[in-house]
Amino acid sequence: MAELFPKEHVVGFIGSLVLTFAALSVVWLDVSMVVGMIILLVTALIQAAVQLMLFMHIGETDDKVDIWVATLFAFGIGIVTIIGSLLAMVWGY
Amino acid sequence: MSFDAIFAPLSEPMVFGTFIGIVVASLAVVIGLTYFKKWGWLYSEWLTTVDHKRIGVMYIFVAIIMLFRGGVDALLMRAQTAIPENGLLNSAHYNEIFTTHGLLMILFVAMPFVIGLMNVAVPLQIGARDVAFPRLNLLSFWLTVAGAILINVSFIFGGSPNAGWTGYFPLSGPEYNPGVGNNYYAWSIQISGFGTLMTGINFITTIMKMRAPGMTLMKMPMFTWSILITSLIITCAFPVITVTMAMMTLDRQFGTKFFAMSDGGMDMLYANLFWVWGHPEVYIVILPAFGIFSEVIATFSRKNLFGYGSMVAAMVVISTLAFLVWAHHFYTMGHGVLTNGVFSITTMLIAVPTGVKIFNWLLTMRHGKISFTTPMLYALGFIPIFTIGGVTGVMLAMASADYQYHNTLFLVAHFHYVLIPGTVFALFAGYHYWWPLIWGFRLNEKLGKAAFWVMAISFNVAFFPMFILGLDGYARRMYTYSAATGYGPLSMVSFIGALGLAVSFILVAYNIYYSFRYAKREGSDPWDARSLEWCVHTPAPNYNFAVIPTVTRLDEFWFAKKEGRDLQAGKIEDIHMPNNSQSAFWQGIAMTAWGFFFVWAEWIPAAIFLVITLAFMLYRSFQKDDGYHIHVAEIEETERRYDENGGLRGAK
Ligand code: HEM
Ligand SMILES: [Cu+2]
Repeated sequence: MAELFPKEHVVGFIGSLVLTFAALSVVWLDVSMVVGMIILLVTALIQAAVQLMLFMHIGETDDKVDIWVATLFAFGIGIVTIIGSLLAMVWGY
Repeated sequence: MSFDAIFAPLSEPMVFGTFIGIVVASLAVVIGLTYFKKWGWLYSEWLTTVDHKRIGVMYIFVAIIMLFRGGVDALLMRAQTAIPENGLLNSAHYNEIFTTHGLLMILFVAMPFVIGLMNVAVPLQIGARDVAFPRLNLLSFWLTVAGAILINVSFIFGGSPNAGWTGYFPLSGPEYNPGVGNNYYAWSIQISGFGTLMTGINFITTIMKMRAPGMTLMKMPMFTWSILITSLIITCAFPVITVTMAMMTLDRQFGTKFFAMSDGGMDMLYANLFWVWGHPEVYIVILPAFGIFSEVIATFSRKNLFGYGSMVAAMVVISTLAFLVWAHHFYTMGHGVLTNGVFSITTMLIAVPTGVKIFNWLLTMRHGKISFTTPMLYALGFIPIFTIGGVTGVMLAMASADYQYHNTLFLVAHFHYVLIPGTVFALFAGYHYWWPLIWGFRLNEKLGKAAFWVMAISFNVAFFPMFILGLDGYARRMYTYSAATGYGPLSMVSFIGALGLAVSFILVAYNIYYSFRYAKREGSDPWDARSLEWCVHTPAPNYNFAVIPTVTRLDEFWFAKKEGRDLQAGKIEDIHMPNNSQSAFWQGIAMTAWGFFFVWAEWIPAAIFLVITLAFMLYRSFQKDDGYHIHVAEIEETERRYDENGGLRGAK
C-alpha cells in the first residue's frame, strides 16, 4: 500500500499551495519593499523547483542530463535578461 | 459593442471595396465546395488531419494567402509615398497599414511558412513517422489561424491596430489609443503565440526522441539541426511575449498601469520586453533559412556540407547571443554609454558566427558541380544580398552611429535586406525543393527561375533606394513628405520595385496552378539529394517509412544510393498511427471567438467561449484514443503500387 500512495505528489501539492499563500502574504503584510521582493523571489524559486522535480520528475529518466542542460540554459537566459533589463532601465539609464 | 462601432471602418470606400471582395471570394469558395461535394473531404482529409505533412501544407497555404494580404499593404504604402503629398491614404489609414503589414509578414507569413516547412521535412529527415505530439501539432496550427483571423478581421470590424508592429507604449496604451485596434494586436499575437510555443516544444521533443536508430545528433541533417536550435529559441523567447501581451491587455482593458506613464508605470518596460522576445524572434525566422540553404547548397553542389561541426557550433553560439542583444533596438531611448556599449559589442559579435556560415556555404560550392535549379538560384541570390543586410546591421550596431540611422528608412532597408533574402528566399527555396515530397512532381523550373529573377532584381530596386533616403533623413512610418525634401524620385523608384515584387509573387502562385496542370509525375528523389527524407516514396505515404531506416553516418541516403542499398529493406510490420482530431479544429474556432469577444470587452460571450475552450482541454485529458494500425498487407500493397509506378525508392 505504501508504494501506491503518491507521496511526492501530495507533498508537492501542499507545498505549492503553501508557497503560493506565502507569496500572496506580501499583499497583506506590511513589509518593506526589499523584504517583500525577497519573499517573492525565494518563494518563486522554491515553487519552480517543486514544479520541476515533484510534478515533472526531471532528473528521474535516462535523459536527465539533456533536461538539466536545457533547464540551466533557460535559467541562464532568464538571469541574463533580468540583468540586461536592469542595466538598460535602472543602472545604466 | 455597438453596431456602429463595429462597422465604422466600412464607411471608407477602400475598406468597403475590400470587404465586398472578401465576401464574394468566400462565397465562391463555399459554392465551389458545395457544388463539388468536397466539404466532407476537406474536413476529414485536411482540417482535422494529424499528418505532419498535411499540417505543413496547410501552414504554407495560410502563409501564402497572408503574403498576398501583407503584400497589398506594402503596395499601398509604396503607392502612397511614391509621389510627394499624395492623397491615396490618409495618415490614420497609413498607420493601420504599416502596422498590419509588419505584424502579418513576421507572424503570419514568415512564422507559418517556417513552421510549415519544418512540419513537412523534419520528421522525414530524422526517419520518423510523425511528430511527437501530432494532435498538439494540429492545435498549434489552428491557434495560428485563430491569430491570423483576428488580425485580418480587424480592419472591417472596429479598425486595425495602428501603433506599429512593435506596438510601443504609450502610443498603444488606452489614453492614446482608445479603440479596439490594439486589443486585436494583443490577442492576435497572444493566441498565435500559444500555438508557436507548443510547436517549439513539440519539435524539440520530436528531434530529441524520435530519430532513426543510429542517427546521433552529429549525424542529423543541417536543417534538422537548425530547427532544433530554432525550437529552443522559441521555447525560451515566446513566454516573454505571452506575458507582455497579457500585461498589455491588463493595461488596455483592466486599468492596470504596467506600461503607463503615471502611477509608477514604465513605458520603456514595454519596449524592453518586446525586444527581449523580438530579437530572438528575428533569429527564429532566420535560422531555419540557414538550415534550408545548407541542404540546398550541398545538394546542388553535389558535395557534402563544408565544416558541418563549425556550422552546428555557429548555430549554438547564435542561440545564446540572440538573447544578449535586444537593447540595440532602442539605443536612442536614453540609456548611458555603458549600457549601449555592452549591447553594441554583443550585437557585433553575432556577425561572427553568421560570417562563419557564409564562408562555409562558399567553401561547399568551391569545386562543386553546381546545378542552377530554382532552389539553388535562391541560395545563390541570398549570399550577396544578405551580406549587404549583415554589413548594414553592423553599422546600426554601433550605438553612436545609430543615432543617425535609427527609425529612418536606412533601418527599414537593413531589415528587409536580411529578411527578404534570408527568410523569403529561403522559404521559397525550401518550398520548391521539398514540393515533390508532397505532390510527386516538381514545380515548373522555367516559371520558378523567372520568378526568382524578377524577385531578386525588383527587391533591390525597391529597397536599395531606401538606404540613400534614410541617410538623407527620411523617417520611417511617415505617411507623406513635401516635394522640397527631394525624396520624390527615389521613392518612385522604390514603388516600381514594389510592383516588380508583386509580379514575382504572382508568378510563384501561378506556378502552382501551372505545375498541377502540366507537370509530369516523377519518381522519388528527383533532385538526387543527400538526406533521409528523399528515401521515401513520393508523394510520401501517410506512414512515411514502410521500414524505419538505420543510419550509420551523415548523408546516409547519398551513400546508400552509391552503394545500391535500399534503406527501407527489412521486415514490414504493422504501423501504429494516430487518429484525426476534431477537437483541435473546434477548439481553434472557439479560441478565435473567445479572442474576438475579449477584444470587444463583451464578457459574457467571451466567458462562454473560454469555458468551451477549457471543456475541450478537459475532454482531451480524459479521452481514450489509442489510434489505429495499418496492417502489413495494406502497407505491402501501397508499396507495390509505388514500385510499379516509380521504380525502386530513391534509386536512379
Ligand atoms: C549581422 C547581423 C545583424 C546585426 C548586427 C543587426 C543589427 C540591427 C540593429 C542594431 C538594429 C536596430 C537599428 C535601429 O533600430 O536603429 C536592427 C534592426 C532590425 N533587424 Fe537587424 N541585425 C542583424 C541581422 C538581422 C537579421 C538576420 C534579421 C532578420 C532576419 C534582422 C531583422 C531586423 C529587424 C526586423 C529590425 C527592425 C525592427 C523594427 O524596428 O521594426 N536583423 N538590426
Ligand atoms: Cu535585433
